[in-house]
Order: sequence, then structure tokens, then C-alpha cells
Amino acid sequence: MTTRITSWLAGAATLAILATPLTAAQDNVSSFVLDNGLELVVIEDHRAPVVVHMVWYRAGAADEAPGVSGIAHFLEHLMFKGTDTLAPGEFSKTVAANGGSDNAFTSFDYTAYFQTVAADRLDLMMQMEADRMVNLQLAEHEVLTERDVILEERNQRTENDPGALNREQQTAALYMNHPYGVPIIGWRHEMEQLDRQDALNFYEEFYAPNNAIVIVAGDVNPDEALALAQDNYGMLPANADLAPRERVSEPPQLAERRMTFTDPRVAQPYVVRTYLAPERDSGAQRQAAALQLFAELLGGGQTAALPQALQFDTQVAVYSSAFYRGLSLDDTSFGLVVVPAEGVSLTEAEDAMDAAVAAYLDAGVDEAHLERIKFQLKAAQIYERDNVSSMARRYGAALTSGLTLDDIEAWPEILQSITPEEIIAAGRRVVNRKASVTSYLQGADSAEVSQ
Amino acid sequence: MIMQKLLMRAVLLTLVLTSHVAQADVKIQEITSPGGIKAWLSEETSIPFVALELRFKGGASMDRPGKRGAVNLMTALLVEGTGDMDARDFAAASEAIAAQFSYDVGGDTLSISARFLTEKTEESMALLRGSILAPNFPQDAIDRVRAQVLSGLASDTTDPNAKARARFNEVIYGDHPYGSVLDGTVETVSALTREDIQNAHRDTLVKDRLYVSAAGDISAEELGVLLDKLLGDLPLSERPLPDHVQIETTAGIEVVEFDTPQSVAIFGHKGITRHDPDFFPAYVLNEILGSGGFEARLMHEVREKRGLTYGIYSYLSPRDYAEGYFGSFSSANDRIAQAIEVVKEEWTKAAENGVTEEELEAAKTYLTGAYALRFDSNAAIARIMVGMQQDDLTPEYINTRNANIEAVTMEDIRRTAARILRPDELYFVVVGHPEGLMTQ
Repeated sequence: MTTRITSWLAGAATLAILATPLTAAQDNVSSFVLDNGLELVVIEDHRAPVVVHMVWYRAGAADEAPGVSGIAHFLEHLMFKGTDTLAPGEFSKTVAANGGSDNAFTSFDYTAYFQTVAADRLDLMMQMEADRMVNLQLAEHEVLTERDVILEERNQRTENDPGALNREQQTAALYMNHPYGVPIIGWRHEMEQLDRQDALNFYEEFYAPNNAIVIVAGDVNPDEALALAQDNYGMLPANADLAPRERVSEPPQLAERRMTFTDPRVAQPYVVRTYLAPERDSGAQRQAAALQLFAELLGGGQTAALPQALQFDTQVAVYSSAFYRGLSLDDTSFGLVVVPAEGVSLTEAEDAMDAAVAAYLDAGVDEAHLERIKFQLKAAQIYERDNVSSMARRYGAALTSGLTLDDIEAWPEILQSITPEEIIAAGRRVVNRKASVTSYLQGADSAEVSQ
Repeated sequence: MIMQKLLMRAVLLTLVLTSHVAQADVKIQEITSPGGIKAWLSEETSIPFVALELRFKGGASMDRPGKRGAVNLMTALLVEGTGDMDARDFAAASEAIAAQFSYDVGGDTLSISARFLTEKTEESMALLRGSILAPNFPQDAIDRVRAQVLSGLASDTTDPNAKARARFNEVIYGDHPYGSVLDGTVETVSALTREDIQNAHRDTLVKDRLYVSAAGDISAEELGVLLDKLLGDLPLSERPLPDHVQIETTAGIEVVEFDTPQSVAIFGHKGITRHDPDFFPAYVLNEILGSGGFEARLMHEVREKRGLTYGIYSYLSPRDYAEGYFGSFSSANDRIAQAIEVVKEEWTKAAENGVTEEELEAAKTYLTGAYALRFDSNAAIARIMVGMQQDDLTPEYINTRNANIEAVTMEDIRRTAARILRPDELYFVVVGHPEGLMTQ
């Protein structure tokens, strides 16, 4: 329904991250680098005469300068507002006139633009993306109107949803120094001040072929795609001033943080715990793999440890889960959520949650359960071959999060090779309360449970 | 031996139709199983899995009087155990073979979607069969899942989107099942008994209100045998389907006060049926007026030009028992009154003047070009095929659909716009604390 979407980190209260393995070998993937530094990845699927064309920039909300939060996402909107040769709105109009659809999304570590079109329109899509990579033109009134749009977007996604506000506060508390603590869509008071020059500054700094990855997925041959990419993107100048992607890091976290978010719009209270956690690093993905499996074992569906302990063996909760997102350039988070049953306080729910996790770490991994998860991961590789655009997204997100094609290819095997001992060790390391935030989300009349 | 015989009969009853989409080459086979179950199949063997879609007409509208929420709760309980398996056993068995089942219910249908590996077909179907035909509905599971439904109902009482939907449906559909929230109310859900759940199961999962499609690595013969085993023992319907309801509104705005920064608006009036002679002109007209694409008039006027919303769209809603024409958007409390004025103006303008030649051509180009792109995965093809059956279409539709779009003329649009856009009946429900807006 709505478009030009901001991608968010996993909704802490609602999502358990499902395992999504990646296999370069089976996926029929080729890759190239043009002379100007632009990377091209081609994923072949010839079942239907359709292609998805995506441009991923290694620039997201966490690459913003202080004071202009939301500018990466705002620029994403403004990229549809015209170039030297295209009028505002003409980009999408041209895609539609070719029977295609287009959109874009922004996350902490990337901004991406994509079109789904008939395979014979790929050339035109590349031509237009290459054009707006270097020729963006922004009229002042377009910028101001679009700023109202992103403020309405923030209203819709965040201000109108106490769960989203709680998540925003919690993430801000988890990261004491790193920009992941600043929301992707931006803090409202800074969004209200964003202007044309802020957008152009971000554009000049980060939008260039040597900071971009083009992914073409669908009914295309690698050689054809390469020739088209060379024609369209090959002559664009690299940005010689592109700085290495170095971000500030977290200091040692020495004190656990606790917060209570009270809002009359909350009818169903819940508790969320997030821990600072390692992400998938190039050449070193085992710990992240162990954490992904740990999250599945604790929270991935009916047979997982938290629902078993809190919803089946006892009736402490109506819902419980664990989540982890390994794809991230810098330290990510590992989370637990419990929605208490009626009559159970948030404190009791939190205690039961901690007891269940501690009991699991003491008892060790249920090996039959682990085998089931590993088989599902293998099957997921087969199921995902049915959806070439989701495969394109996985590649784009991985390549803009510091991983290489080799890392992507190795990942499924790494997941299969993780031992119960590695999972317990990774689990013990991650549940460090000093590097955690615990939030109570509650309605106005339930203040007594927060103590 | 028996297996062999069944296979032979399935072959004989298979009627193969080939539909050539503009570009996508989707071959739909209409099959009838040896036991008489009809299904559409798109066989595609390059990936070793099958996507199977089942739809039961009636859905949550089959709730008996005073038992609102029974079909919804029943649907959620289908995975909570069958035979000697409890909920955990059932989940573990599905996980062990990586079979994925999802069960969902709406006002028109109860939907079951399955995805399973070809090599695990037999085990997957045995599990799915148990959940559909012989769920245990144990009391402890009823109570546990009921608590989840009640938790969701509580959350909905303070969610502006849920509040707007609930109130709008109440106004539009009145006493018809469409007019109330299918999850039920705290009172009705709390009072549901195991017998109510069993009745809901008996009322809804019936063989003569079933639509089936499959896409992926399975042959017509195999599918026929599979369907008889999976669904052959379903009973026939005993209770009638709901009555049709006529939507009647007059122009107006109803404000539901709720303290939140952004107001949510849902609007609309009556629409037309899927088989109305003007359906294609109406579909193209709405593409131009409110499809949600950036070229659509509402999106252009309310978002692109004035920045009053993040997204706005309108849609035809030809359901099984009512036809509506609806839309929705959200705007900050101090801007929603202005946004509503723009929507009303656009509605009137299109009703009186239709669209421009250029808009019509652009919409046709987009709609006809985009159609083939929908058929891009087995999962999508299976969903499209089952949806076509629900709409009472034939596989041939895939070949004629674009021609029907192309055939729409300016005169068709003018006539249809004057007929289906009803500014005098356009009713808005607004949830929030809108400034300068009162119920009128």
C-alpha cells in the first residue's frame, strides 16, 4: 500500500527472526567489478521473463552526520524528484509506462532502489538509475513538501504506535555511542529542520559508482547484464574522496539499563530485553551463526524453549519469543520478549523469562530440536529459490553489511556445522545484563507493576 | 495396486488447458481427482517443492448467532493437535520435515496454505490432513489460544487503525457478519465452548465449498491422488451461506475521538460486482484515481502536491456478499480536515469529468504490462489460481484479461465514473483528535 518504505530493524515486540540461509553456489550467481568500482551481481532465474534491478548504496542512517538524523531516508524520497533530464515523478512514471513497479528502502547500513520490469526493459532501468546516481536536481518547494510527507510517515509508523516509540527509546538506550541508537527515520525535531542542502551533502558524499552495488535478478544472462552495466554505469566517475566506512564503537557497557514506557494507548503490556550482540563479520561468522540458532531454539515457534516454558508448561505468557539479526555492519542486538497473561505482572513475566533462559543454558541444547532447525534451514534454501527478489535483497543486505560473496556462500554450511557447545557458549556470552536494556511497555493504569 | 488404479483414473479425468500470458508462460491444468475434487495445477519441476492453496467459502461469516469469533478461534486451533499428537508434537513433526502450513480466516474464506518439499509429500499431507479433518480441540489449548485472542482484542481497543476499521464496517454493513470484527468480542470469545468450536469446524471446512490450486513439482496424477487422501473425507455443507447485504450511505463524516497525534480515515460507499459489465472500466478508473501508485490522482494531490499524508489509496471491494468502494489514509490531527476536502474534490471531479486520454493510456500500459510480472513464483501462481476460482473465472481469463483492459474507452470511463463514484454517498470515519472536524 504505502511506498518508499523505510526498512526497520526487527520489531522487538513482534518478530522472531527466521533463519534465512544463503547459498551462492546453488543460487546461480555471478559477480563483476567495473573499472569505476561499481559492483555487479547477477542472480539468474529464467522461469519467467522478469527482472528485478536494484541499486544498493553503502550508505544508510548510521552514516549520517550528527544533527541531521533521517537524512539518508529523506534523500531516498527525494531521489524521485528529478534529474537534469527527468521531471519530478517522471522516474516512477516511466517505470509504470513500461509496465513495471519501483520503490526504495533505507536501513542503518544501506539505501536501496529497485524496479521490477519485463526483462527487455533492463537497459532503460539502468539508464535511469545511472542518471540519478550523478544528476539529481532538487527544487526547494519539492523538498519542503516531501519533508511534510516524511513527517507524516513518522506519524504513521512511530508516533501513532506506542510499541514503536518504546522500541525507539530502547534502541537509543542500548547504543551509548554508536549511531544505531538514532532512529532510521530520524528524530522528529531534527527531521523538521532537514533541508535541501543537507540532502545534497549526503548525496555528494555517498552516491557514486564506487559506493554502489547493482543487483540484477531474474531472466538475464550474466554477459548481457555486464554489457548493459558497462554501457550505462561504466562511464560514471568514481568519487575519489569516498572515505573508508569507519564508525565510532561502543565503550565497555558497565551498567544495565531499565526503562518504563507508559502510554494510555497501551492495552496489552509487555516486556522486552535487548542485549548488545556480535554481528556476522567477514571471515568470522560462527558466533553469529550460533546466536541465530540460539534465537531459534529459544523463540522460533511452538516447540521453542520460551513458549514451552511460559505458555505451555506454565501460563505466564500469552506470547514469548527471541530475536536476532546477524546482518549488520556493526554490533547488533539479541532480544527477548514476553507478553504476560492476564493477572501476571511485568516483573513476574521478566523473572519467568530470565529463569527460562537460565534453565535452558544449564540444561543444554535439545539436540533433536537443533536437528529440526537445521533441516528447516536446508529446506529454506530450496523454498527461497522460488522468490528471486527476496534473494536479491539478501545479497544486497549482506554485501552492504560488510560481507563478501564468499561469506554469503559459506553461511549455510557454517549454520549446519555449529555444535550445541558453541550455541551454549554464545548464549552465555550474549545474556550479559550489563550490556542490556529492559523495557516495560504499559498503559497509564498499570503503573504498579513497574515498581 | 489401489494406487495404480487411482493414477490411471486421474490421468483420464485430467483436462489440460494452456494459457499463454502476454509473456509469462503459465500452463494451467484443470484437474478433477478420482474422488471428484476439482483443482487447478501449474506444474513446474525446476525446484523440488509444492505450493498448495485451499480456500473454504464462507469463512468467518459462518459464525452462528451469538458465537462471533468461533470460526476464528477454531482456525487458530487447527494446529493444536490431532490424533495422539498434541500441539507440540504437531509442530515438531512439521519442523522435522520442513513443511510449512498457515491457516487464516477472513469474512469470505478460510484459507490454508501449504509449502512442502517434494520428497516429504506423503508425511506433509498426513499432517495437514490431521489438522483439517481431525483436530482434537483439547480444552487446555482452547483456553490458551483464547487468551491470545483476548489479548489481541484488548490491543485493538487502543489501535486507531483497528478502531477505524471496526467502526467503518459497522456503519457500512450493519448487522451482517461483515459488520462486526471477526475475532469476536470479549464477551462472545470468553463464552465459547468446545462444542462451539466443533460446530464452527463442521460449518466451515466442507467439501462443496472448496477451491484448490497447486503449483510446483507435482504431476496432475499425483495431485489427484493427494487431494482425495487429503480432503476426500470432508463432509458436505449443512448450513446456508450468509445473505447478500446492500450498502447504503449518505455523505458525512463521523469522528471517533481518540488521543493520538495522527488521525486515521477510512471512507467509501457502495461499489459494483466482479461480474458487472462495467467492472473493467471501474478497475481502470480506480487505477487512475486511487491505486496508490505515485501517478494516481489521490496520491498526487494529497501526498505529492500537498504533503498531507504518507500514503492514500482507494479500492473496489467486490466481496461475496457485498460490493463496496473504499479508501483510506492517515494525516496529522491539524491537517486531516484539509486532506478530506481534497479527497472529496477529487471524487466529485472524477465523477463529473472522468479522466484524461493521457491518464487512460498510461493506466492501460501499466496494467497490461504489469500483469505478466505477477506470475513470478510458484507461490504467487498458486495464489492467483485459487483467487481466480473464487472469482468464478476460467483459466482462459489469463489470455483475455489484457484485451479487456485495452478495450476500455473514454466513454466507458465517463459512464462508469458517473455511475460508481457517488460524492453524495461518500462517508468518512475518522479516528483521532482531528482539528476543525466534527461529526456531520
